[in-house]
Amino acid sequence: MPDYLVRLVQMHESFRQAELQALADVAELSIEFVKYDNDSPFCIVRLPSDSAAEAIISRSLLSQGIYELWGQGATYDALHNSVKDISSAKWAQYGSVPFRFTLDCFRGTRDQTQQRDIIESFSYLGFNGPIRMRDADASFKVFEEYADKAPEPMYLYLGRFVAASGRDVKTTYDLKKRHYISTTSMDAELALVTANMALAAPGKLFYDPFMGTGGFPIACAHFGAVVCGSDIDGRSIRGTGGSARKGQTGKFDVRGNFKQYGLESQYLGAFVSDLTNTPFRLFQHSNAPSRGGYLDGIVCDPPYGIREGLKVLGTRDMLNDQERTTHQNRYKDAGYIPPKKPYSFTAIQDDILAFAAATLVENGRLSMWMPTANDEDIELVIPTHPCLDVVSVCVQPFNKWSRRLLTYRRKADSEIPAGALEMAKKEYEKGVRADELNNFRRKYFEGFKEFERQRQAPGGDPAKQVDGAKGITGPWREKNGSS
Amino acid sequence: MKLLTLNFLTCAIKACKSSPASFPLHPRDVELEIVESDINLPFLKNILPRLMWAELRTIAAELGLPELPETAPTRDHLVEGKEEAKEGEEVDEVPSQTARDLHRVLLETTVKEGKLVCGNCAHEYKVMEGVPNFLLPGHLV
Repeated sequence: MPDYLVRLVQMHESFRQAELQALADVAELSIEFVKYDNDSPFCIVRLPSDSAAEAIISRSLLSQGIYELWGQGATYDALHNSVKDISSAKWAQYGSVPFRFTLDCFRGTRDQTQQRDIIESFSYLGFNGPIRMRDADASFKVFEEYADKAPEPMYLYLGRFVAASGRDVKTTYDLKKRHYISTTSMDAELALVTANMALAAPGKLFYDPFMGTGGFPIACAHFGAVVCGSDIDGRSIRGTGGSARKGQTGKFDVRGNFKQYGLESQYLGAFVSDLTNTPFRLFQHSNAPSRGGYLDGIVCDPPYGIREGLKVLGTRDMLNDQERTTHQNRYKDAGYIPPKKPYSFTAIQDDILAFAAATLVENGRLSMWMPTANDEDIELVIPTHPCLDVVSVCVQPFNKWSRRLLTYRRKADSEIPAGALEMAKKEYEKGVRADELNNFRRKYFEGFKEFERQRQAPGGDPAKQVDGAKGITGPWREKNGSS
Repeated sequence: MKLLTLNFLTCAIKACKSSPASFPLHPRDVELEIVESDINLPFLKNILPRLMWAELRTIAAELGLPELPETAPTRDHLVEGKEEAKEGEEVDEVPSQTARDLHRVLLETTVKEGKLVCGNCAHEYKVMEGVPNFLLPGHLV
């Protein structure tokens, strides 16, 4: 199988490889990573063909394009030798076609004379076709990778352009241009990446239990899935009460967002519900196989209890008889609002996993965002379920906390050992106040004191520990963390 | 809310989940609306085996929609007289009348206003502006 060079973007580093793998999975293609480094935007993969490369990259958000690898080396001599070695058989094919030859320097620059000299040094390729900077039939690129502030590049590649990525759509779905958003809308790029991770594709059915203004369902619908969603707050779905956008008070709703993007036919609809009392059917009752799911994917960003309260149906204290009667008598009134109570942060995560296990089809995916304070041990807090495999964990670091995108695969029933479902009842945080139930929230509002203490502790090396484990890169931390 | 959704929803009350009578929810006093959309054949094919057909027929009958066939169609019924596809040749599949009927019921018929009623506990869930409300009142949680 030929080698391809993927030009990645140098951000959301820990998401990039997982995204490429997910896109290969959704296209049912095999992908082999030959070279990947979190610190480099160049990744070499092995794929069956150009069309496979195009199928994968055309949906990618975290790359710019894919190139057939024509050569590589640490110096220009090494690169030229490698090009002659690997690709000489292909030169003749491009001998007379209109072509374009450009340079892409990462962390470095070249002035025009240098650029011309570099490009001229490849004259032995024998391209005699007309040069066309626009709509060329073949496009070639020399990639230079520099170490930080280095005068000379440390590694070089030559590639023939195969296909561009789908990164442009992030502008189409940009929140700034979306008609209806709220304070916790996920930015379009990461919502689309989430849809990629969950393998959204034509023909599939997707659900978001915390839809808000519908950012995730829209992202999944963009990739062809039919979507539905729910939220405990019906106002965000129906859109009464204006939106978070300044000065916006009129009627804007989730349906309007789908209309804006021309995705209305893929929107099944939404309902108001609470995940701990979900109306979804969790067991099948009729002719179908004894038990089985019906959702192809679940994507969500559950409330963290910071900007959006983490609440479920119920009351903080047990209702007394009189209160029960009042609820019973009044619940059909037009203005009745069901009581809600703060809920345990770890319990909701396990509830989501249990829900996913009961409703996903085999190999269906759950992609869920989860925040964490940077002083916690990263491995300990990834929730697990016997019916779900962890596929990937991607970290988006902030200053004192991070959030992670966890992706799970629903195992086939045959993969699940008997009795695995009767899990030991887990102990959750007890209490009635939000802070008692949600450690993350408490730490957040205390300003992550423990994290600060650890960082400043003499002797210990917490900074280094944070570095590797939390996916926070060194320069980033120095710039932002010490304030 | 499109009618297909009703094929996945039961009563939200936990005690009702184990009772077969809680599924499907029965639409009552509903206002339906037809919202036309493009037919999505891959989706129909994918979702067909997951449908609870008997319950879908019940709902269609209760809503006074044209009667659905007694047994669920198969994926082959969804495409028009498929000619033998030649080796390596992609033929555009034409949706059959069955597929178009199914599309009409599942993906173009929407519930705008009304109630959904549990057959087990008789709890009513209101549908407002096409959005059903499954939040349970304080005494039922």
